[in-house]
This record gives sequence, C-alpha cells and structure tokens, in this order.
Amino acid sequence: MSETTPAPATATPAKPAPKAAPAARHAEKKPAVTLATMTPEMNAVQQHFGEVLIQPAPFEGFLVTDPAKVRDVALFLRDQLHFEMLSNQTAVDYPAENVIEVVYHVSHISGGRPLCFKTRVPRDESVAVPSVTPVYPGAEFQEREIYDMYGVRFSEHPDLRRILMWEGFNGWPLRKDWKEAYYEGDTKPFDSRWPGGHHKLAEERVPWADNVNYPPGFDPNAYVSNPDGNLYESMLTGTNGHELSAPEIDIGADTVVGVEPGLKTDQIIVNMGPQHPSTHGVLRMVVRIDGETITDLKLVLGYLHRNHEKIGERNTWLHNIPYTDRLDYICGMANEMGYVIAVERMMGIQPTERAEYLRVIMAELTRIQSHFWAIGFVLNDLGAFYTPALYFITERDLIIDLFEAVTGSRMMCNYMRFGGVARDFTPEQLARARELVFERIPRAIDELERLLSDNEIIKARTIGVGYMSAERSIAYSLTGPCLRAAGVPYDIRRADPYSIYDRFDFDIPVLYGGDVYDRYRIRVLEMRQSLRILEQALNQIDQTPAGDIQAGKKAYNHRVPAGQTYARVETPKGELGFYLVSDGGQNPWRYHVRSSSFINLNSMREMTIGQKVADAVVILGSLDIVLGEVDR
Amino acid sequence: MAEVATNHPMDEIKNDPRVPAELNNNVFITTLDKLYNWGRKRSMWPMLFGLACCAIEMICTAASRHDLARFGWELMRPSPRQADLMIVSGTVTKKMVPQIVRLYNQMPEPRYVIAMGACATSGGPFKEGYNVVSGIDKFLPVDVYIPGCPPRPEALLHGFIKLQEKIEKQSLRTVSWYRKGEATVVPVPVLGPDLTDLRRAQEIVGRVQANQTEAVQPAA
Ligand code: SF4
Repeated sequence: MSETTPAPATATPAKPAPKAAPAARHAEKKPAVTLATMTPEMNAVQQHFGEVLIQPAPFEGFLVTDPAKVRDVALFLRDQLHFEMLSNQTAVDYPAENVIEVVYHVSHISGGRPLCFKTRVPRDESVAVPSVTPVYPGAEFQEREIYDMYGVRFSEHPDLRRILMWEGFNGWPLRKDWKEAYYEGDTKPFDSRWPGGHHKLAEERVPWADNVNYPPGFDPNAYVSNPDGNLYESMLTGTNGHELSAPEIDIGADTVVGVEPGLKTDQIIVNMGPQHPSTHGVLRMVVRIDGETITDLKLVLGYLHRNHEKIGERNTWLHNIPYTDRLDYICGMANEMGYVIAVERMMGIQPTERAEYLRVIMAELTRIQSHFWAIGFVLNDLGAFYTPALYFITERDLIIDLFEAVTGSRMMCNYMRFGGVARDFTPEQLARARELVFERIPRAIDELERLLSDNEIIKARTIGVGYMSAERSIAYSLTGPCLRAAGVPYDIRRADPYSIYDRFDFDIPVLYGGDVYDRYRIRVLEMRQSLRILEQALNQIDQTPAGDIQAGKKAYNHRVPAGQTYARVETPKGELGFYLVSDGGQNPWRYHVRSSSFINLNSMREMTIGQKVADAVVILGSLDIVLGEVDR
Repeated sequence: MAEVATNHPMDEIKNDPRVPAELNNNVFITTLDKLYNWGRKRSMWPMLFGLACCAIEMICTAASRHDLARFGWELMRPSPRQADLMIVSGTVTKKMVPQIVRLYNQMPEPRYVIAMGACATSGGPFKEGYNVVSGIDKFLPVDVYIPGCPPRPEALLHGFIKLQEKIEKQSLRTVSWYRKGEATVVPVPVLGPDLTDLRRAQEIVGRVQANQTEAVQPAA
C-alpha cells in the first residue's frame, strides 16, 4: 500500500490533543480497521484509472486519492458501469488526520446495493473538489449542504452558497471542533443529565445567557446583514450560476420558455414564503416571473434547520430514535425503521420475526396515512380548500389512534428498537388494525377515487403540469412516488430489499405521465399495494409468538462496532438513507440523513420554469415534502 | 337576541324590580368590558402559520374530529394583518425568527401569542442546536404556553380556553392598545455571524470588546 493510503477512518485513538479530544470517553479502545473488499465493480474502476488513484477505502467503497479526479470517476461510473443515480453525498470530518472525507453513494436504477466512493481534502479549505453536478444534477443541494456544514468548496458548482444556514454565519457547524453555544460535552450523556448532576439551565451556563456566540470584533451596529448572498442579483441578471456549469452538459431549462416572443415585459421577483399558506411549512420560493409565467425559481431552505445531525452525533445511538420521528413528522415510524435497520446492520443483529412483522405493519400504515395527508393537501393547493383534506384527516386520525394505542403517542411514536420494537400489539389492537385494513381503509380509498380521480377541475389543473421525464428525474435523484409516476419502477423495497418485504406479494405501481396528476394517482395505487402487504402481514403475524418482540436483552447503552454503513428504506416520500460512521463508541461519529424531501426539491426548479405561479404551488404539493426532513 | 350562556350578566338583573316586566328578556344590561370581551374571545382569528411538527397537530385540531369551529376560532388567516392570534407551533430557528418577529409586528392590536409545544416554549428536544432559539419568549410576549411534544389537540384546545379566560379578565380601561403612545414594536433580530438581538446591541459591543482585551492581555 502506498504512502497516500490514509490512516484509519476512526480518528479517536490517534488524536494527539489530550484535552477535548472528540469522544475521549472511549479513547482506550482501539478499533480494528478493515479495508473494504474489492467488488468486481470497484475492480473495473481500478483497472480503468489505475491503482494509484483508486484504492480500497476503510470499511466500505473505494477512495479516489486525487480529489481533482472525482468527476471523471463519477462520469465513468455513470456511463460505463451504469450507476445512473447519485443516492447520497455527504462528508465526514476526521480532525486527527486533518482531512474531510467526501462520500458518494451511487445506485443502479435497476437495483442492488449502492456503490460507495470517497475522496479526501485537507481541512484548511485549500483544495476544492470538482462538483459532480454536471454528471449528477441531483448533487446540487447536497454539495451546497456539505459546503455549508463543512466548508468544503466545490469548483464549478452552479450556485455554491450556504443552504441551511445563512450567508455570513460564523463557522462550519458540523466540523468536529466547532462548538455550539450551549456546548456541554462532546458526547452524551452529559454530566448535567445524570442523577446528582448540576441542574443549571443551559442559559445559566453560557457567557451570553443565550444560545449565541459572537466572534471577536463583531459590532452589531455596523454589521450589514445579507443572509441571502447574491440571490436576487443573480436571479435578476439571469446569471444565476447555472450557466456556469460545464457547457457541453445540459443542466436544465435555463431558457425562458412560455413567454410570448416579441412581447416585452418586465420581469419581477416575488418571494413566496417562508410564511405562506402554500409552502407546507417554512419554505421560501423566490420566483422570477414574467406576467404569470415563472421564468426562474430558487428555493431558500433552512428555516427549520434544527441541527439534527450535530445533535445526533452528540447523542448515544439509542437517543437518536425519537429524534428520527421528528425528521419527517408525518411518517415517524418509517424514519425509525430506516435508522434501526442501519444500526442493526452495523451491530450485526437481527430483530425477531414478530418484530419484523410489527415494523412492516407500522411502516405500511404510515405510508397510507402519509399519502392520505399528501393527497388532501395537494387538493388544498389546487384551491379545494380543506374540504377533501378534512375527509382524509378523518381517516388518518383512525390510523393515528392505533399508533397511539400501541405506542402512547400520536405522531412521535418512538417505537422501534435495535433488535425489535418497544411494545407488542394486544389482540384487541390487532383486531382494530384488521378492521382498518380489511374494512375501513379500502372503502375510504374507493371514496377518494370516486371523489377525485375523474374530477374535471383536477384533471384540467394537473395533467401535464410539472412534467419531468424519467431521464431527468433519475439525473436529479428524484425518488419515491414522483419518480415512479415518471415511469421508473424504482422502489427500495424491491431495489434493495430490507426487512421482510421479500416475503410479500405486492407490485410497484408505475405510471408514465410524470406530471402532477400521475403523482396523485400513483399515491392512490400505492395505498392499495400497502393494503395488500398489510393484509398478508396481518394474516401471517399470528404464526409468530406473541410478546417475542426484542432480540437479545434490552439495552440502553449500545456499543456499535467501528464501521460505516449506508442503509436506506422506502418511506412514503422516497429514499430515506442513514449514513452512519461508528468509531466503536456509544455515539455515532457521523450521523447523516439522506432525506428524500430535501433532494426531491432539487428538481423543482426545472419542473416549474415555464409554468404559471399558481402551478408552482401545486407542483410543490405534488412533491409532498415535509420541512422537518428537508431542513433537518 | 340569541340566547346566551347561563352565567351571562343578564342573570344578575333578571329579577331586578327596577326593570319593567315587558323589558325582561329584551334588554340586556352589562358592562362594556364584559360585552367586549365576550365577543372578542369567541371570534379569535388565528394566523395560518405552521412551523414544524406541532403544526400538524394544530391542523388536526382544526379538522373535523376536534373541530376548532366550536370555539369560534376556525377562521385561520394567512395574513398577519387579519389575524389576532399567533400560534407559534414548532421549533423557532434563528433563521426563521426575524420573520416571526416581523409577522408579530404586522399583526394589529389586540394580539396574542400562544407558544405551542416544547420547542416554542424553550427549544425543546432541539434546544442545544446551534440554529435553535430557546423559546419564542426570548423575543415575543407569550400569553399561553402549552407543554407537550407535540401537544395533543385536546391540549391545544385547553390552551385556547386558558387564553379565553385571560381575555375575559382584560379591561378596556387598562389595555395598552387604547392608550396613548406608540404600539410596541419588537426590533427585528438580525442574522449576523450569529443571531443578533438588537435590544442587546450595546451589551454585545461592550462584551465583545472586553473579551478581546482579555484575549489579548495574556499573550502580551
Ligand atoms: S415540540 Fe416536539 S412536536 Fe413540537 S415542534 Fe418541537 S419537536 Fe416538534
């Protein structure tokens, strides 16, 4: 192995600084680092680029030793090895080795485990990584997020600004040595949380008596705030950055379409949100309009950025389960499932049979209630204000009641555990679930279809609106119902099966319109498929012993062996992935959420350009985002 | 006139001999305060404004099962100009708080604020986050706090009833919005290197300078 091979990814033991060493708590343990075994695909890359450039990385994937070559590798992976979709892109900080590792996961649209590759740049921001947006446009938001959180620069990125924080914020928050104002310790449990610990409010402990920190020399009276950077200027002049990308690659509909030739009108910029009834939370759309026609659109995110990942890296592994509920707060159960599966994969444990069934039942009920919600609110956006939504919220409430009966909470269920679930269904609750699945919900879906599917107004407003082709959808890493409505049968339950989905007989519905109407219809079809799964699961669950819901002993402090994993599940919104890095301790070293809502929004710009303003609202509704998951 | 609840001031004068029999049930005598508050508390217009997970429970409260309309509060207005109640339903982030304060300033008096859930009250589960404000009461005066994560719809209704009780106790003579002087305007915080509360600007200047001298002295 050559000199350039990096030291183990687990930074803890080698950390020279004696004080404030990250995760010093478990410094005594030196975890073994295994290099990834080379798969045939990795060998193909290595053969093409040479062994100096491509080396096996610790634990998973391969390392591109020269960051400048990342885009070439990505292009090779996409065009020669047919990894059409960039599933996930993130970064990990290793202060001991003074590097930040940028991690990519690419997938075949036909299925299989994703392929991981990495590259490393020094922490001093001296080296920029070539942006992969020309190859995978879906990287745009993810690269902006990495820049925002780690300060890694991407050259030739179309619009490299902060995305979750604002321009001018001090520091790169996800770096391991960056401390938030209420910093108390690197890892939980904090001393103050133990019995006998001090009982001071965070406000009493910190110098500013508030959750703020100011750099030296800061003068609020002289400070000129510019949280959006050059957003408006770039949109007004049309140099919004997208033209700067590699010219031979078409990055999107930059030309002004839908505007009458010869008619000279002024373009104006309108802000929709963050407080706007159409934005489903605190999203801000900045649109440049010509009359009623949208000629450019930019999204401003981060209004609900709750620092999920920073908090997640301080938490113990178990602590994070209730936090995942709050990611996509409509479908807490589905998020939990993704997280526990990721951790189980690293710990090498399996849940019990009954727990698997209970998880599937909960996840599929979640899908149904989420789709009810989504459809109701698309209708809201169409102007059918609240009437359809009220019907569907009624149905959703019945499912939520079951969640509450089983878990104790309506939305934040905190139900799944590593190796099992927290509580079993009682026979009465099972009977209730059966009543819902066999009687109530199918009728509700029938009613929904009768009410909406052939409605003249809905058709007029949605057919052909927000179209995106299958190719562009894949390029933009669009996942979930929106991708399947564009004709791509990509569902993680089949593409990369997890849990016990391989046992059930169900279809992946596909439609080919790629517009808002098909995104509505695909959700109806998916609800019916979820019912099929539920029927089978509820019939089979009686063959498993009641009460056998936890493999092994219940534990509070899990030690997860050193390693890395990217595990993904199909939530109602799309592909939800968890990229976890463990250094063998009680806390994740890296806890990254690949959120489908966030990445699906990437494609919104191209979908909306050329449409009317009112359609932008509907297109956003059809993407079915939840801001908790977008901003995390 | 419509029948009103039995505890209405009307009852007090029902048997008053000074009221002629033919006027009974036709004339109401009450204090202006009571009439004013009675109408006010039953027709609050909350702002249609959701922040995070708690907003979902807020929508459920307005939906058919819990039916906020029973209280006369169902008319949610997206525009702050038409709303008199702000339900802060979710995590207040630093990036969002300038907008929230601006919305509050745009609401006409009388205006009320409900902090719904742990996040709006104190920062909740996300308190330690670098982009999270430790409760909206750092910036706005809060009338009712509702605990929970998220509070159940019943809890939100309870909070509404508590606010009604509070409104009942207010008097025309003392409320601030009929008095002379400017309406209270909360300065909109600024997004600098970190969230900057302009009411603390002087303190920040002083402390930043003091810190600098501290930092310089040991080195010198
Ligand atoms: S209090 Fe809980 S439910 Fe409400 S916004 Fe905060 S995290 Fe979400």
